Amino acid sequence: MYGNDFPGEDAPGGLLGEVEAAEAALRAAAERGRAAAEPGSDLAAYFAEVVDADQKIEPRDWMPEAYRRTLIRQIAQHAHSEIIGMQPEGNWISRAPSLKRKAILLAKVQDEAGHGLYLYAAAETLGVSRDELVDLLLDGRQKYSSIFNYPTLSWADVGAIGWLVDGAAIVNQVPLCRCSYGPYARAMIRVCKEESFHQRQGYEILHTLAHGTAAQKAMAQDSVDRWWYPSLAMFGPPDGDSTHSAQSMAWKIKRFSNDELRQRFVDMCVGQAEALGLRLPDPELRWNDERQAYDFTQPDYDELMRVIKGNGPCNRQRMEHRRRAHSEGAWVREAAAAYAAKRAVKEKEKVAA
Amino acid sequence: MSRQHTPLWEVFVRARRGLAHTHVGSLHAPDAELALRNARDLYTRRQEGVSIWVVPASAITASSPDEKDAFFDPAADKVYRHPTFYEVPDGVAHL
Amino acid sequence: MSELFPFTLALGDDALIAAQRLAEWSTRAPEMEEDIALSNIALDQLGAARLLLSYAGELEGAGRDEDALAYLRDDREFRNCLLVELPNGDFAVTMAKLLVLSAYQVPLYTALAGCPDERLAAIGGKARKESAYHLDHAALWVRRLGDGTEESHRRMQAGIDQVWAYADELFAARPDAPVDPATLRSEFDDTVTAVLAEATLTLPEVGWTPAGGRDGVHTEHLSYLLAEMQVVHRAHPGARW
Repeated sequence: MYGNDFPGEDAPGGLLGEVEAAEAALRAAAERGRAAAEPGSDLAAYFAEVVDADQKIEPRDWMPEAYRRTLIRQIAQHAHSEIIGMQPEGNWISRAPSLKRKAILLAKVQDEAGHGLYLYAAAETLGVSRDELVDLLLDGRQKYSSIFNYPTLSWADVGAIGWLVDGAAIVNQVPLCRCSYGPYARAMIRVCKEESFHQRQGYEILHTLAHGTAAQKAMAQDSVDRWWYPSLAMFGPPDGDSTHSAQSMAWKIKRFSNDELRQRFVDMCVGQAEALGLRLPDPELRWNDERQAYDFTQPDYDELMRVIKGNGPCNRQRMEHRRRAHSEGAWVREAAAAYAAKRAVKEKEKVAA
Repeated sequence: MSRQHTPLWEVFVRARRGLAHTHVGSLHAPDAELALRNARDLYTRRQEGVSIWVVPASAITASSPDEKDAFFDPAADKVYRHPTFYEVPDGVAHL
Repeated sequence: MSELFPFTLALGDDALIAAQRLAEWSTRAPEMEEDIALSNIALDQLGAARLLLSYAGELEGAGRDEDALAYLRDDREFRNCLLVELPNGDFAVTMAKLLVLSAYQVPLYTALAGCPDERLAAIGGKARKESAYHLDHAALWVRRLGDGTEESHRRMQAGIDQVWAYADELFAARPDAPVDPATLRSEFDDTVTAVLAEATLTLPEVGWTPAGGRDGVHTEHLSYLLAEMQVVHRAHPGARW
């Protein structure tokens, strides 16, 4: 769902280390000079030069119209995903089985709202308003990650979402910290830093359940069984079927393909699942010495397409929920605007007097 | 769906005493008081700041034709090496 | 057993049930920024609840921790005021509830911060700053809704009318407690009156002052709230989470 690419070199310290490396690279690239320091008459050449130098394109720079459109679409979908993604986990805040878990989950869902807002703000630098983007979502003309159209049926699903869904999202997002568009790259650095706790809390929930009572362990396994393949599908269709990839890679919006990222995710998860004492639901999963990677069963891409088209288990419910919150809040937003307008008039009168 | 646009505000946070306010991002709010409260909740959830400024994006005039956006400034620990006030562009003002 | 335990328990229950209700707004707030703000307030209340319930468990000395108190008591054993268990209603009702709750909690926690019991004083010292923010937030919205549009004024007045009667219970005298709530009433009245005046709202006449929460006699709403809150915990007796 999110754009997929990778940092060029391995950074120490796992995913957070990669985020920090991306941040350092962003600063280093900004310090480096280029042959032509200012845009000349050939704006396209200047754009290409900045991207080639791994520097950042900034909002008012000239950019190809398709680059702008691609970024708006991708950043908006990413923002929508954060906002809609609050729902499946938010579903368990009221029933969290300990006060500590309740606090953590509430803070996590709140973070996702914040991430949505950072991303809408980044999209707005491209000349589109958040209101327009929200309308596109509510009208069903822009998508969000299809993973959030699956239901959360047990407390363990909060753990599985943290471990697998956030894990897959992070594999997608960390490379975006090096995206060629400055505001998006900087938003992703902030998001990734804040998200580091999300995956860990999910893993900890599953670990506790897997080492708890028989019923808890069964709940955890059932959850992993249901979330594994939808998480693999989060990386998008196989490379051969991916429509936007090649151009996005040339623009350094993404650097690595869907399949490469999916493989990386699988390779990460196998050891983590063993440590949990839970089974990944794939009988074909085994180490391939030649490839130095795990062989695994691909997710059902027909199912992915059905969910993307709107026929997943919860598409209607998620959209209805968002639309209702938006429409039921309209009178509050109108009141705030009316109050602000009244105050502005009063301020003016004060100044005039 | 018709609606009036809620104004955009640029947010500046002083991370610690002794540091200048640094641009951290933007948000929407109908007035300054709400903008300040929203900024506190959105940009200092992890105790990132000791002081916040909010400025209407429409009130900002930018100088540089090349580096316009201060959407997400370099991290606050660099501020003292670039002591000039960070120019916030009007790249967002037309929104 | 001293008055300290039931008093601490009542404060903890207020905060816990308030947090549970406020958290219901998550993903449903009128604006995304407000979603974050309401979650912050819910998190503050939940944090205070955990400190208070943990301490209550120690005072009781029966081996109950915060989770045992939160998840394994029935509604008749809860000591929260009725105000916090009322359904959220629309955003105006929620802001009316928050205004009343925080205008009570600010002087309460402030007084607590100076009480002789060191643990309660520490909790009060932390919570009063948070409550001041909650009060600020509630007042900010009550002003906007009261003096916004006709529709918002109507809803805000209805919200105040609906919850105002429940304020009385908060100030029932407890002369033996570390802080006697009865002593907080005048500051509370001053705060609320000023906010409502600015918001062009009027204080309703109170002819009915429901109470009973402090004795474990609640509204019909609390049992449902607890059923939802406790369902997973109770389905797995003795489990760790």
